[in-house]
Amino acid sequence: MFDITLATWQILVIKIIVILTVVPVGALVGGYAEHKVMAHLQHRLGPMYPGGFHGWATTLADGIKFLYKEDIIPAAADRKVFSLAPAAIMVPIIMTYLVIPIDRALIVEDLDVGIFYLLAVGSLSTIGLLMAGWSSANKYALIGALRSAAQLIAYELPIVLAAVVVAMLAGSLSLIDIVETQNWPFAIWPPGIGFIAFLLFTVGAVAEMTRVPFDMPVAESEIITGPFTEYSGMRYIFAHMFAEMGHMVAFGGIGATLFLGGYQPIVPIPFLDFIPGVIWFSAKTMFMIFLFLWIRPTFPRVREDQLQKFAWKFLIPVGLALVLVTGAWVLYV
Amino acid sequence: MATIGHQIVFWIIAVVMTVAAVAVVTARNVVHAALYLVGALMSAAALYILLLAQFVAWVQVLVYVGAIVVLMLFGLMLTNAPIGRASLDNNQRFLAAVTAGVLFLVTSFIMVRAFEGQSIDLVREQGTLTESVGEVIFSAYVLPFEVVSVLLLAALVGAIVIAKRD
Repeated sequence: MFDITLATWQILVIKIIVILTVVPVGALVGGYAEHKVMAHLQHRLGPMYPGGFHGWATTLADGIKFLYKEDIIPAAADRKVFSLAPAAIMVPIIMTYLVIPIDRALIVEDLDVGIFYLLAVGSLSTIGLLMAGWSSANKYALIGALRSAAQLIAYELPIVLAAVVVAMLAGSLSLIDIVETQNWPFAIWPPGIGFIAFLLFTVGAVAEMTRVPFDMPVAESEIITGPFTEYSGMRYIFAHMFAEMGHMVAFGGIGATLFLGGYQPIVPIPFLDFIPGVIWFSAKTMFMIFLFLWIRPTFPRVREDQLQKFAWKFLIPVGLALVLVTGAWVLYV
Repeated sequence: MATIGHQIVFWIIAVVMTVAAVAVVTARNVVHAALYLVGALMSAAALYILLLAQFVAWVQVLVYVGAIVVLMLFGLMLTNAPIGRASLDNNQRFLAAVTAGVLFLVTSFIMVRAFEGQSIDLVREQGTLTESVGEVIFSAYVLPFEVVSVLLLAALVGAIVIAKRD
């Protein structure tokens, strides 16, 4: 059952290679989608030239540009912590990809505590952000790091509560089981409860990614780029852009798995089974990513105190009430 | 029964954990100490996974690394966390060493006495222990569990009362 042999190590290496390919490709696609979707929402064309067809190579070109930039470490910075911080931000994000089921049998590791693992790993990037902000020896970076830590702690709770609701309805912590129990039309459970949990999750996810309505930690008009102010070149890409895109794709996949029925057809009609699960999963993930991109040019940035109040005084009480209602539903309906 | 593979993994984790734990107490900078603590706690989580206790492992990560160390770092950075060689030493090494040593002896004595002669068959064990942990907590240990949650709630209310002294 659980023996560690040579085969274990070989499988491990293959899995690591797969994940390390999927994450950057996902991030590149996410970055391109961000350029284009936002441009079209704002009645612009967006990038058109790199690569020829609708500027498909823009993000690739961006990456190469950053590869050539000088890697600057400030003289007063804490060198070790400063250079490790981008890795401390990236690794937890890469780890979230491990348990997301892309198809019935296409999953890197089917943990029986899948959803709990996602929450635990999701709480780790905060440490990387604090490391980046503190080691930069820059007051804007430190303020940004404290803001991001406070925000990530606050908005993790609505996500946890939404995930608890899903786990209670599915009766399991395994992501495969959660997907398998979603046979309802439009794949969101008992309509009201599932939909509110979905809204909680989406708002929490946007805040966890520190994307626009909740981007106080990197508010450029106040604190430049927050924790990433002193970063340049590839370290900046890893700590900020790549992390944000990787996070967005990961949250898209998690949202699709928890609320939209993952690799299952959107309505339980046997006729739709000929479309493979990978396509359903990708389409639902793309839909989630589109939601995240749509929110960005739509809402203005909220102030720091409004942001904290919104989480603690609105989202978390709603989430707690929802858990109570779900418990009653599971027990009595 | 532990195979060679388990032995190798155990020793890697054990060495990393010990080095990190020693670094926590020898680091001159408080923030570095807190970061080494992350390494020690993560290695402990890895040990739990090796013992098939996945749920306990991820609770360890979520609670200790994701919440407690983050709050420690947060508190340090909000108050006084100097970058560089500045040291915040209060010169109570002897007292600290005695306390740590006594605690180590007491806990290891209790652990050895409690689990003497028991072993887990790591190879033949079916699945993991998540479900049994849940069943035990909510049946045999439900009273201590609820008492702990009330205690935490009281601590939370107390913290708010202290912080809100207008």
